Amino acid sequence: MTPDDLSARIRAALPDAIVRVTDTTGGGDHFAATVVSAAFAGKGPVDRHRLVYAALGEAIIGSAAPIHALALTTFTPDEQGART
Amino acid sequence: MTDALRQRITDTIAKGRIMLFMKGNPSMPQCGFSAAVVSILKQIGVPFESFNILADGELREGLKEYSSWPTYPQLYKDGKLVGGADIVRDLHERGELAKLLSS
Repeated sequence: MTPDDLSARIRAALPDAIVRVTDTTGGGDHFAATVVSAAFAGKGPVDRHRLVYAALGEAIIGSAAPIHALALTTFTPDEQGART
Repeated sequence: MTDALRQRITDTIAKGRIMLFMKGNPSMPQCGFSAAVVSILKQIGVPFESFNILADGELREGLKEYSSWPTYPQLYKDGKLVGGADIVRDLHERGELAKLLSS
């Protein structure tokens, strides 16, 4: 799994998403991602994470999944604007 | 998922008002993310129960499906998922976790 693969999967499910992914260990299995999408509006952190996990599907579910760890930060476009 | 496994999952989540599903146990976490959550809970000073998912493969995979949450640790309060390591750390940094867990 590469950061580009991971971004592509997230964007396939959340087409408006701006996604930044880094491979935190260089091993292709531990990642950190920041995702900005309007789909997060009105949702708490647990439901936001679930949206991203659902987008990744089998890549993150199960003991043989290629993604072992994903540190996730989520914003709506408005929240992102307020930070910068 | 079988009814028996679903029942075992709900019973296990109900073992503590604050319940941490982690890799290893609080005195010897087997994963940095689990260790980080244990450290935050100890810092806050709330009592919590824990379950070592490495010792129970069936429950480990079943709970992921039950909660639509694919990774560990998972922290529950009164049967409801609070979040994994990112969310717990974020709530703690914003000063909201202690209030949420002690309510």
